[in-house]
Amino acid sequence: MMEWLNIIIQGVLVGGLYAMFAAGLSLIFGVMRLVNIAHGDLIVLAAYLAVVVTEGLGINPLLSLVIVVPLMALIGYALQRGILNQTLGPDLLPPLLVTFGLSVIIQNGLLELFTADSRRLQAGPIEVASIHLGGGLAVGTLPLIQFAVAIAVIVALQFMFYRTALGRAFRATSDDQAVAQLVGLDNRHVFALAMAVSLAVVAIAGVFLAVRANFDPAIGPARLIFGFEAVIMGGLGSMWGTLVGGIILGVAQAIGAQIDPGWQLLAGHVAFLLVLAVRPQGLFPKVQG
Amino acid sequence: MSATHVEPATHVDPVTRVEHTTPSSRIGVALAGALLVVLAAAPAWGGRQDLHLLAEFYGYVALASLWNLLAGYAGLVSVGQQAYVGLGAYVLFALTILAGVHPLLALPLAGVIGALVAVPVAGLIFRLRGHYFAIGTWVVAEVFRLLSSQISALGGGSGISLPIGIVTSVGSSRQAREFLIYWLALAILVAVLGAIFLLLRSRYGLALTAIRDNELAARSNGVDATRVKLVVYVVTAFGTAIVGALIFLQKLRVSPDTAFSVNDWTAFVIFITVIGGIGRLEGPLIGTIVFFALRETLAERGSLYLLMLGAVAIAVMLKAPKGIWGFFVARFGWQLLPLERRLTILQPRRSKGGSDHGNA
Repeated sequence: MMEWLNIIIQGVLVGGLYAMFAAGLSLIFGVMRLVNIAHGDLIVLAAYLAVVVTEGLGINPLLSLVIVVPLMALIGYALQRGILNQTLGPDLLPPLLVTFGLSVIIQNGLLELFTADSRRLQAGPIEVASIHLGGGLAVGTLPLIQFAVAIAVIVALQFMFYRTALGRAFRATSDDQAVAQLVGLDNRHVFALAMAVSLAVVAIAGVFLAVRANFDPAIGPARLIFGFEAVIMGGLGSMWGTLVGGIILGVAQAIGAQIDPGWQLLAGHVAFLLVLAVRPQGLFPKVQG
Repeated sequence: MSATHVEPATHVDPVTRVEHTTPSSRIGVALAGALLVVLAAAPAWGGRQDLHLLAEFYGYVALASLWNLLAGYAGLVSVGQQAYVGLGAYVLFALTILAGVHPLLALPLAGVIGALVAVPVAGLIFRLRGHYFAIGTWVVAEVFRLLSSQISALGGGSGISLPIGIVTSVGSSRQAREFLIYWLALAILVAVLGAIFLLLRSRYGLALTAIRDNELAARSNGVDATRVKLVVYVVTAFGTAIVGALIFLQKLRVSPDTAFSVNDWTAFVIFITVIGGIGRLEGPLIGTIVFFALRETLAERGSLYLLMLGAVAIAVMLKAPKGIWGFFVARFGWQLLPLERRLTILQPRRSKGGSDHGNA
C-alpha cells in the first residue's frame, strides 16, 4: 500500500516536469495555432546549454537558469521572426514541415557537437536529499522543488495571460489576428514574443530535465510527445489543464513501470489514447482547436 | 401567360470535353513505358549492388508517393507512417515464423492487416485537428514500436532474423531470391503508382484536389471530406504496410528500432516529397533521385547529411513550396503523367434553347 502511494507521489512530481513541457507548447498553439514539432528538441538543446554554462562557469546547474532562460527566449524570438513567421497562414503544411525540419537539424547538430553519449548534470548534495513524511513515505527535495517550480511557472503564465498588457496582446491575436493588427498590434512581434516566452519555459524544463535524468540528443521527440499528451489530456488552451494532464501521464507511467519496466512509456500512451477515446476535447477544454 | 413576350435568347452552348493529356504528358507516358522495360531487365544488365540500390530506390519512391497522397492531396500530415512500415514488417515476420505462411502470401496479407488496423486508429486520431493530428500519428507509431518490443516470440527489443528455411522458400539460390525481390519491388512500385494514379483520376481524385485547394469550398459543394480522408488514410496504410514488409523481406532482419525508425521511414520520406514537389505525383520520383544522389556523395557524413537534408527541405518549403517539380510545372507547364483536368472547347454549337434565360 505504502509502496503504491510512494509510486503515485513520484508520478505526480514527474508530472510537474511534463506540465512544463506542455505549457510552452500550449501557449504558442493558443496564440498562433502553431504546433512546434521541434519543441522536444529545443528542450534537449536547453539541457545541453545548461551543461555548457554549468561546466564553463563552474556554477551550480540550477544557477545556470539565469543564463539559459534569457538565451533560449532570445533564440525563440529570433526563430519566430527569422523563420517561423513566414510559415504561418491558412495552410497547415509549411509550419509542420519547417518545424519538423528544425527538429531533425537540432537533433543532428547536437549529435555532431556532443556525440551520442548520454549526459547528466550534477547538482550536488541536493540530488539525494529527501523529506520524510512519516510512515515510510519520502519525497526527494529536488523533485519537490521541480514540482513547485512547475506550479510557479503555470501561475506566472496564467498571470501574464490575464493580467498584463503582453497577455492582452496574446489573447487579442489569438481571438482575431486581423482585428488585432487593426488596433495597432504588430503580429510578427507578438508571435515572436510568444515564442520567446514559450522557449523560456522550455529552458526551465530543459535544465530540470538535465539534473533529473540522463539525456542524449535523440530524446527530444519523446519529450514533445509527453508535452503533447499532457496538452490534449488537459484540454486545449487550459494552463491548469496541462498540469492535470502532466500528472495523469506521470502517474500512468509510474504505475506502468512498477508492473513491468517495459510498460512505463506504453502505460502513458495508453492513458492518453483512453482520454482521446472517451473525452477527445480533454478534461478542461477552453478553446476549440 | 404574361402579355409581354420575351424573345428567347439564342446563346452559344459550347460542347466541352475534359482532357487529361497534354503533349508533354504523352511524352512522359511513352518515356515511363520505355524506362519500365529497361528497369524490368535490370537483372540482365546490373550487378548485385545495382539491383539492391534500385530496389531500395523503388521502396523510397513508393513510400514517398504514398505519403504525398496522404499529406499533399488529403492534407493529412502524418509524421507517423513508420507505424505502418513497421507493422507490415512485423506482420511478415510473424506470419512466416509463427504461422508458417509463405512469404509471398504474407506480403499482401501485411497490406490487409495494415488497412484493418488503420480503421480504428483513424477513428482515434481523426479526433485531433490539424497540427495535433501530426503528433497523434507519432504517438501511434511509438505505441506500435513499444508493443513490438514486447513480443518475445519475435525477439523482443533486439529483433529477429528470418530463419533460413523461410529465406530459401522465397528462392532456392541467392541469385533467384535477389532477382525475385527486385522484381517484386518494381512490381509493387508500379502497383502503388498505378493505384494512386487511378485514385486521382477517379471521382475521389477530383474530391481530393478540391479538398487540397479549399476544404471549406469542397465541403460546401457536397464533398464528404471526412470520408474521402478516411479512404485515403486506409489505402495509404495498406500500401505502406506492403512496402514495409518487402523492405524487411530484403533486409532479412527486423527489430523495433529499425522497423519503426522515424528517420528512415518518415524524415527521409518527408524531405524527399518536399524537395521533389508536394502535391504532385511526379514530386516523389524527382525527390528520390535528388535524395539518392546526395546520399551517394555524402553518406559517410552521417548526422551531418541529415542536418543538410533538413536545411534544404526548410529552404525549399520557404522559398519554393511546390518543390523542384512544382517549379518546372509553373515555369514550363510540364506534366509527366496525364492527371490534370483541362477543359477544352471542341466546337461551338448554336442552340435555340435558352430555357433558363427565358421569361424573367
